[in-house]
Amino acid sequence: MTNPYHVVVCASVVPDPLQTLEPITGPSGPALKNEMMLPAILDPWASHALYEGANLVKHIAGSKLWLVSMAPKAKLQQVMMTVAQKVPLQLVAVDGPSSGFADAHQTAHALAAAIRAIAGIDLSRLLLFGGWESASRSAGVTLQLIGEELGIVDQFQGVDAITPQEDGSFEVLERVEGARHQVSLCAGPPAVLGWATGNLGEPRNDPQVGMANMRTIMPALQRATVASISADGMRYSNVATPKQQRQTRIVKELPAEDIAREIVQWITQE
Amino acid sequence: MATTVPKVRSETLRTLPDDNVRQILWHFADRYDLQMLVQSAREVARGPVARLVSEGSRGTHEWTSKKAKLLEAFDQSGITAVFMDPEHGGYLVGPKNLALALIAFELAWVDAGAATCSLAGCLALAPIHERGTPEQRAHYMALAAPPAPGEDRHTYRGAFCLTEPIPYVGVDTGMLSGKVRITEWVDGQEPLLHVEKRGRFITNMGFANFVTAAVDSGDDRIKGSCMVIIEESDPGVFDRGTPTRKLVHQLSSTCDPIFNVHVPASRIVGGYTIKDGAIIPNYSHSEVIEAVFKRTRVTVALMTSAKLLSAVEPIIRYQRGRFRGSEQAKPGMLRYELGLQQRQDALHRLANLWAIGEAGAALGFAAARLYDEIDPLEREKDAILAAKGIRGGKAQLRFFRDVDQSALELLRLEATAEEKRNRDVYDTLKNDRLVEFALKDAVANVLCPAAKLWNTGTGANSMREALSLMGGYGITEDCPGFLAYKWMDSQLEATYEGPEAVQRRNLSVTMTNELFLAQFRQWIAEMRRVAEHRPGTGACTLATAMQLWLWTYRHLRVTTDAYGGALYQSARQGVTFPLADALGWLLATRQQTLDLIELEAKGPENPVLAEGLASTLGFFTDLCHIQAARAAGEVGRICAELVFGYNRHPAWDDEGYKGCYQSDELDSLEGLIPGIASCATDVVGPDGSHPAKAGPCASCQGLEGFQRLRSKLDGCLTGAQLAKDRLAEALSKVMIPEALDYPR
Ligand SMILES: Cc1cc2nc3c(=O)[nH]c(=O)nc-3n(C[C@H](O)[C@H](O)[C@H](O)COP(=O)(O)OP(=O)(O)OC[C@H]3O[C@@H](n4cnc5c(N)ncnc54)[C@H](O)[C@@H]3O)c2cc1C
Repeated sequence: MTNPYHVVVCASVVPDPLQTLEPITGPSGPALKNEMMLPAILDPWASHALYEGANLVKHIAGSKLWLVSMAPKAKLQQVMMTVAQKVPLQLVAVDGPSSGFADAHQTAHALAAAIRAIAGIDLSRLLLFGGWESASRSAGVTLQLIGEELGIVDQFQGVDAITPQEDGSFEVLERVEGARHQVSLCAGPPAVLGWATGNLGEPRNDPQVGMANMRTIMPALQRATVASISADGMRYSNVATPKQQRQTRIVKELPAEDIAREIVQWITQE
Repeated sequence: MATTVPKVRSETLRTLPDDNVRQILWHFADRYDLQMLVQSAREVARGPVARLVSEGSRGTHEWTSKKAKLLEAFDQSGITAVFMDPEHGGYLVGPKNLALALIAFELAWVDAGAATCSLAGCLALAPIHERGTPEQRAHYMALAAPPAPGEDRHTYRGAFCLTEPIPYVGVDTGMLSGKVRITEWVDGQEPLLHVEKRGRFITNMGFANFVTAAVDSGDDRIKGSCMVIIEESDPGVFDRGTPTRKLVHQLSSTCDPIFNVHVPASRIVGGYTIKDGAIIPNYSHSEVIEAVFKRTRVTVALMTSAKLLSAVEPIIRYQRGRFRGSEQAKPGMLRYELGLQQRQDALHRLANLWAIGEAGAALGFAAARLYDEIDPLEREKDAILAAKGIRGGKAQLRFFRDVDQSALELLRLEATAEEKRNRDVYDTLKNDRLVEFALKDAVANVLCPAAKLWNTGTGANSMREALSLMGGYGITEDCPGFLAYKWMDSQLEATYEGPEAVQRRNLSVTMTNELFLAQFRQWIAEMRRVAEHRPGTGACTLATAMQLWLWTYRHLRVTTDAYGGALYQSARQGVTFPLADALGWLLATRQQTLDLIELEAKGPENPVLAEGLASTLGFFTDLCHIQAARAAGEVGRICAELVFGYNRHPAWDDEGYKGCYQSDELDSLEGLIPGIASCATDVVGPDGSHPAKAGPCASCQGLEGFQRLRSKLDGCLTGAQLAKDRLAEALSKVMIPEALDYPR
C-alpha cells in the first residue's frame, strides 16, 4: 500500500477510575476533590484509539503516529511512564488543564493549534483519532470540534474498526443501536475517528519501547506550549457523580429458582 | 520537642502517597527508566500474579503450567532483562541494585513468591555476574536474557544451589558435602570434573536449565571449595528432585535436587589457575557467596516492607466499611462513616505498622542505592589493586589498613571547621576513590544485613498485627490484599538467603568496624541538626537513642560479666545479637527521617505534589516521630538489659550489707542531714532485718553515664503520643480509592 497516514491521537489524562471522585466547587468553578493528587491514567477511550492508531501505522509503510495531549505537564509526565511503554509514538504536549470541567471549545482550539504546528505533518493525510467520549465527562464533543477547526468533514463516532483498502479508501465500522455496526466507506483522509473500544487488547508494558520513546518524550514535555483555558463565560448549574443504586433485601432461605426468576423479571421490566 | 507542632494539623493527609511521593522518597524522581520499570512490574504484579493468587494457584507445591506463565510475563514486561547489561541483551545501563529492589517491591506488594521466582533467576546468575570469567559472563548472561524479536530460542533459567540436606549446609555454609573431583586430565587439555551435589530447598529448580552449585574439593588435585555451573544437558544425573512441601511463596518453585554430572573445568565460577599439578579455583565458594548475598539480601528485605505498606489501604477500607449496610449504621452516623475507625486503638496500631513499613522501605532502598554507588567504585578498587599487584584476601586487608586510616582522617577533617582544615590534605582524601570505597563499603556492610534482619523480622511481627486489624477476615483466603499469605510469606523472607541468626552474626562484626562507628557518630550529630530545624520528626529522640546504643557498645567491649567473662565476643550471642537488633531500629528510623527531608526538599519542584505537600509532609513527620519513639523504646530496653543484666545482683549477705545503711546510723545522720532517712532505700536493722525484696538495690557505680542517657531518652519521648493521635486523626480522614486495584 502506498498511501501512508499521518495519525494524530488526541488523548486526555483522567483520574484513575478506581479513585473516589467527589465533585467540589473550587475557586474557578467545579472540580474534583484532590484532583491533582489522584493517580491519573490516559483516558481509556482515547487509549483504544492510540493502540488502534499504532497498529495501523505499523502495517502501512511510511505512516506516522503522534499523541497530542493537553494536561498539567507534570501529570502528563507521570502518565507517560506507562503509556510510553505501550507503543512507539511521538508526543506533542500541551500544558493545560485536563479537568473534565474545562471548556471543550477552548480545549479543542488549543489542540487544533498544536496539531497544525507539528513539524512534518501533512494535514491532507491526517487521520484524527480520539475517544468518542471521555472518562472525565463523557460530553464527547472535543474531537468533533477539533475536526471542525481543521476543516475535516468526514467524521465517524463510536468506531470499532478501520480497514484500509488498496485504493487509499478505508472502511469504518461505527457502533449503532442494538449492538450493530454501521459500515461506511470513506474515500480517504483526512477524517476524524472517535473510537469506542476497537478490537485490540491493551499492549503489555515494555520498558524497552518506553526507553526508546522517552528519548523524544522528555524533550517534548520540556517544549510543551502553555494553553490558557479560562473559565470565563462558563457556568455549571449542577454537577454530580452518577448515583449508585443499591436495593438490598435480606430474605432467608429463598430457593435459587425464585431468586433467578426475580432477577429475570427485574431485567425484563423495561 | 514537639511543642511547636499543633494538636491537630490544619490539613491532614489527603490521599494515600502516590508514585510522585514515592519517587522522591526513594530517590528515583530523575530516573525515567526506573519509573517505567515500576509501572511494568506493577502491571505484572496486579494482573497475572494477583489473578494466580486469587484463583488458588498457591494451593499446590508443584510447578504448574499456570505458574510457569509468570516466567513469560516477566520476560515480556522487561523484568527478566533488568539484570543484564545492554551488551548481554539487557536495556538498563549501569548498576541494577535499585532497579531490582523496585521490582521486588512491586511484585511483593501482591505476592512475594512471584518476587522470589523472578529474583532467584538473578541469584543463580549473580555468582557468574560478580565473580565469573568474562567468557562465562558473556555466555550465560546472554542466554538468560529473553530472546530479541526474531531470535528463535528459549530464555535460559537458573537456580542457585548452596543449601544441602541435613546435616550439611544451612546457616553454616562451610558444612559442604557436595564434592568436585577430577575424572580426566589429559596433559595440556581442559580437565574434566565430576560433580556430586544434593540440594535442599532450591528455588527455581522445577524448571532451571542451569545451576550454580557450591562444592568442596574431594580430590587432592583441587584446592579448597568453589562454585560450579551445571547444565541440564550435562552427562550424568540432573534430577530436579521432589517439590518442597512448603507453605509459603507457592508461586515460586522449590525442590530438593540431586546432581551427579561431568563438566569441563571451565565451569568453575571465576576460573582457576594450575599450580604444582593442582587446580586452584580463583574464588572459593564462600568468596563467591559473600559477593552475591550482600546485594541480593537487600531485595528480600524490601519484600516484607512492601507487604506492610500494601496492607494499609485494605485495612482502612475494611475498618471504614465494617458496619455499613446494618440497621444500626445509617449514612451520616459515625458508625457508618468511620466504622472501626471510631476506635482509637484500631487507628494507633495501623499507624504503627505503617511507620514500620515506611522505615523498612527507606532502609532497604537506601541500601540498594548505596550498592549502586559502590558497584563502579568496587571495580575501580579491583583495578587499582590489580595494578599494584595486590592479590589475595590477606594482602588486601593489609593494604586497606592504610586506606582505612586515611578514611578516618577524612572523617576527622570533615568534623573540623572548614577554616581549620588542612585544605590540601582534605582535598586529596576527598578525591581518593579508595577512601570513598572504604567509607561506603563500611556502611553497606552494615545496612545490608540490618535491612535483611530488621525489615523481615520486625516486618513479620507487624504483619501479624495487620491481620489482627482485619479480624477473622484477616486469616481467610478471601482477605483483600492477601494479608494472611503475606504474613506467612514473611517468615520465609526472614529465613532464606541467611536467616536472622546469620544477619545478626554479620552485623555483630561489621558494626564494630571503626570506619562505620565513626560515621555513626557523625549521624548522631546529623540527627540533632535535623531536629533543630524539624522538631516534630523525633530526630532528637533518635539521636539520643543512637548515643545510648554507642555508649552501650563501648561499655560492653571493655567490661566483663559477674564472673569475669568478656562480654562483647563472638561466642556471646546473648550480647552481640540483641545489640545488632537494636541497631536495626536505629538505622531504619534514621533513613526514614532522611527520606522525609528529601521529600521536603524536592517535593516543591513537582507541581502535582504542591497542592497537598504540606499535609503529606505533616503526616510523614508524625510517622517518623512515632517510629523514633518506638525505636528509642526498643533500644533503651535492649541496652539496659545488656548493661545491667550481666552484673550480679547484691544479696542480703555480708557483701550486700556493706552498701546498706544501718538503722541506728541513719538515725544519727538524720540529725545532720534532715530527710536522708526517707531517701535511703536499703536499711538494715540491728538484728539484721531488711526490707522484703531480692537484695539491696544494685549499685550503678560506673554506669551513671548510661543512667543519665537512659533517663534523658525517656524524656525525649515527649510528644510522641501526640503525634500518634494526629496520625489517627489523619488515618480516619484520608481519601482512599473505591476498590483495591488488584487482582485486575
Ligand atoms: C522456600 C525456600 C527456598 C529456598 N531457596 C534456596 C535456594 O534457592 N538456594 C539455596 O541454596 N538455599 C535456599 N533455601 C535455603 C535457606 O537459605 C536455608 O533454609 C537457610 O539458609 C537456613 O538453613 P537451615 O534451614 O538449614 O537452618 P539451620 O542451619 O538449621 O538453622 C536453624 C536455626 O538455628 C539457629 N542457628 C543456626 N546456626 C546458628 C548460629 N551460627 N548462630 C546462632 N543461631 C544459629 C537459628 O535460629 C537458625 O534460624 C531456601 C529455603 C526455603 C525454605
